[in-house]
Order: sequence, then structure tokens, then C-alpha cells
Amino acid sequence: MAQQRVVLTFQRWQLDQPITYRLVKDFDLVTNILQAKVTPDEGRMSLELSGLEQNIEQGIKWLKEQQVIVYPLATGLSVEKDSCVDCGACTAVCPTGALEFDKDWTLNYEEDRCILCLACVPACPVRAIQERE
Amino acid sequence: MAKTYEEINEKIRKGQAVVLTAEEVVALGREKGAGHVAETVDVVTTGTFGPMCSSGAFLNFGHSDPPIKMQKVWINDVPVFAGLAAVDAYIGATELSEKVGFDYGGGHLIEDLIAGKTLTLRAVSYGTDCYPRREIETEISLESINQAFLFNPRNAYQNYNVAVNSSDRALNTYMGILLPNLGNATYSTSGELSPLLNDPLYRTIGIGTKIFLGGAQGFVAWEGTQHNPKQARGDNGEPLAPAGTLSLIGDMKSMSTRYIRGAYYYKYGISMFVGVGIPIPILDEEMARFVCTGNDEIFATAVDYSVETRAKPSFGRFSYAELRSGKITVNGKEIQTAPLSSLKRAREIAGVLKGWIEGGQFTLTAPVRPLAGDCSFKPLNIVPPKAEAVSS
Ligand code: SF4
Ligand code: SF4
Repeated sequence: MAQQRVVLTFQRWQLDQPITYRLVKDFDLVTNILQAKVTPDEGRMSLELSGLEQNIEQGIKWLKEQQVIVYPLATGLSVEKDSCVDCGACTAVCPTGALEFDKDWTLNYEEDRCILCLACVPACPVRAIQERE
Repeated sequence: MAKTYEEINEKIRKGQAVVLTAEEVVALGREKGAGHVAETVDVVTTGTFGPMCSSGAFLNFGHSDPPIKMQKVWINDVPVFAGLAAVDAYIGATELSEKVGFDYGGGHLIEDLIAGKTLTLRAVSYGTDCYPRREIETEISLESINQAFLFNPRNAYQNYNVAVNSSDRALNTYMGILLPNLGNATYSTSGELSPLLNDPLYRTIGIGTKIFLGGAQGFVAWEGTQHNPKQARGDNGEPLAPAGTLSLIGDMKSMSTRYIRGAYYYKYGISMFVGVGIPIPILDEEMARFVCTGNDEIFATAVDYSVETRAKPSFGRFSYAELRSGKITVNGKEIQTAPLSSLKRAREIAGVLKGWIEGGQFTLTAPVRPLAGDCSFKPLNIVPPKAEAVSS
């Protein structure tokens, strides 16, 4: 049994398709919806797929054929210590305090407090923060 | 007891000078008073490491065979200004790549040059009798070219705004991402460590002052653009809003990417982190008082960046001690503060400069001429142009 976490982005017109049902039925996958958000024009769903490795592969291939955008779900952030200049621009947008200075003004990333909102990624002027898959 | 530059330099040469950083001296001043600092301390070192858009570099590429009078020049697809002699050019830090836009620009180019990377130079020309070549594409590096010096028209701003946003949408600015409804506040100086806040009336920092620039020795070339010495000040001489600025110059060939870094501010554009450190000679008790001014005695003004007019409404003044605490109260609302310039690296710079002076490698220079004292910060008014264009 393999497992993979993905984020699916689809258009309004694709919503009528029972996407998760087809993954279960046609590809023998167990689907676990981690998060789903549907706006009037777009849907976004974080999904955990479990099943045989080749079935997961086939299922993702099928999703792509349906023009669903599939990418791996971020499981965390990587904060590149070598390129970080400890400026603090990322701390301005972090809602949870996961990115904060320690006593000597070194940037500290506390993974446990991170909700993966990704607000900090564009805020970093030297691109030291990347999504980790 | 007043000291002269010569007396201080004599001590530096003998390895006997007492040097403190601008943070260390605040602590000493609080404990023993400015009089004691004037007697016992010779030099105070300052530092700042923040994004400074008004920066750039002059280069001279050398002549190809046959030679070309470069008219339009690109390095790594970033246009650089070449309206100078045949093979001179100026890289502006905020210039964008023509291929990848915001992903690469002048600041990154300068960083890559200092890193010793090989870059692609491309130029075109109309060809002249003495410069027949019309096109060139080749590789250059910091080592292969003749001169490469930073010449930054405006660095080391003496104080700056605190940026807030009262609108209902996030703003992407050179002050970082400002969250809606006063969701955060950003500020950008190193406070009590900042060079010009330690010499608020420009008594010792002037044209010709030798400094730390980008990891090398550099100099103050001139007052910076928008230099505004007449800004409102507190009783301690410290300006309450952006005031003095410096134009700085230094040899890129001895700089380090630890202290010069390209930067990109989301949907605003490219800038460059510049590391600057300036030594302050403690000539007398007045200079001692200036360097002993601490974060709780230096104030910056909060400005609403959601207002599109040039004059933006203010939300009051905050001390750097309050800003550093992580929270300020604006309009009755407690909001999170964040710096944009690195205090950690500013401290490092003040420490490196202190080491240079203690080691006898770096002596102090009296200004050749003071910074201009009577300029003000003029606006650009929009008037219908009357002058006839030269070309018509
Ligand atoms: S992803 Fe969100 S919560 Fe996590 S560190 Fe970045 S801003 Fe903070
Ligand atoms: S914004 Fe980037 S460089 Fe600045 S402290 Fe955060 S991670 Fe480091």
C-alpha cells in the first residue's frame, strides 16, 4: 500500500464529476479528503490517496486527463538558513508566530505552529522560504 | 575632555583605542553617564543591513577587438545604462531582467558579480570610424573587467517610516506585505545601531568619511539624494521621520555577498540589501550623548500606505523600543510589528568594523567637507511642459 497527498484544483464545470467516487471505483483507491474549498468558479481539494502504487499513478494520470490540476500537497516549509538574512519580512505576515525571532534576532521557524498558509513564501525577499512537498 | 581625530588614530595605530558598538555604548552610558563615555571611549561603531533601492555599480568592461562603442548593453538580460564612454556602464539595482522580469534584476546581478560568477554581456552599437563593431556577446566576471565599484546615490537613511495599511486589501510595497485593516506594521532601520542616528547632526559623518561598505572599506561620496537635514527633530537631535541620507562608494572587488544581496519585494520589484557600518569618533561629550541615545529615545512615524497621495496620513510616533517589542497600538488596536532590515547582520557589521579598528587596520577620517546643511526635500510638481523639445 502506498500513500500520496495531493492538491487538486478544478474549474466549476468539473465539479459535476464525482471525482473522488471515480478514484475509488475505477482505481481502487481509498480517498481521504483533508480539506476542500469551493468558490463560485473554482474548487480546491487536498486529498490523501491510498492504494497500490500503480493505481495511484493511474488515478493521477486520469485526473490530469480530466484537466484537473494536480500537485503534491506541501507537508511543511523549508527555511534555507544559509540564504536567510534574518530581516524579518516573513514575520510580518505569519498569522501564528511560527516564524519569529529568537532572543538574538535570528529567525526561527517552529514547524508545530505552522498552518501551511504559505503567506510567508512570497514575503521573503531572498526566496529563502520554500514549500516542501 | 575633547579628543582630536589624530589622537584617536594614534591610539588605533598603537592598538590602544577603546571601541564599542553603538549598542554596547548605550548600556555603558546608562550605567555611567555620557561624561564617562566621553572620557573612556574613543570610537563607536554602527551598522545597518537593509534593502536600499537607490544603489548601483559602475563597470568598465575593457575593449574588444575590433572595439565597440556600446550603446545598449545587457548583462544576464538585465539592461544596464551605457550612455557613457564606449565601455563604461552603470547597473541600477532595481532594473528588471527583460527575460524573467521580477525573478532577476540589477540587485541580483551585482550580487552575482561579487560572488565571482560568470555573466553574459551583450551590447549593440551603430558603429563609428573609431569603434567599428556593431554587436558583441561574451562572458565577463568581476575578475575579467577593469573597474567595478558600487556607487549608491542614497543609502543609510537616517530614520524611516513605520508602514501600516488601513484599507481592506493587502498591499504589496517596498515596506513588505502590509496586511489589511491595520493588520501589521513594518519598519526599517536598525534604531540605536543605525549610522546616522548616532551622529544626528552630521558632525563627524561627511564627505570623505571612511566606512564599511559591503564587507570592504568604502567612503561617503556626497550627501545622498533626498538628503533632508531640516526634518523635524526631538530635543536630542534625532529626526522624527526620514531625514539625512548618504551617497556611498566602494570597490566591489573586495566586497562579499554576505553584505550585498539582491532582493525582491513581492509585486513591488527588485532591490538590494546593502551592509553599511560607520565609525563615530567620540570627540567630546556632545558626541558621547549622541551615541548613548537608545531605542526608547528614537522615534519613527507610522504612515498609512493605503493612501495613494504623496502626503500620507500619520498614525502617531513610536519609539524603536516599542517597535522592537513586537507590538504597537495604533488607533486603539494592538498590532504586530516586523522589521525589514536585519538587526542581526547590522550587529555583525558593527562588530566586524570594531574588530578592524581594534586591530589597527582601520583609522578614522575627518570629513573633507560637511554634508550640505541647507537642502530640503522638494516635491515634483506637475505642470504642462512649456519648453519646446530640442528635436522639433
Ligand atoms: S506557512 Fe503560514 S503559518 Fe506557516 S510559517 Fe508561513 S506564514 Fe506562518
Ligand atoms: S523574510 Fe526570508 S530572509 Fe527575511 S527573515 Fe524571513 S526567511 Fe529570512
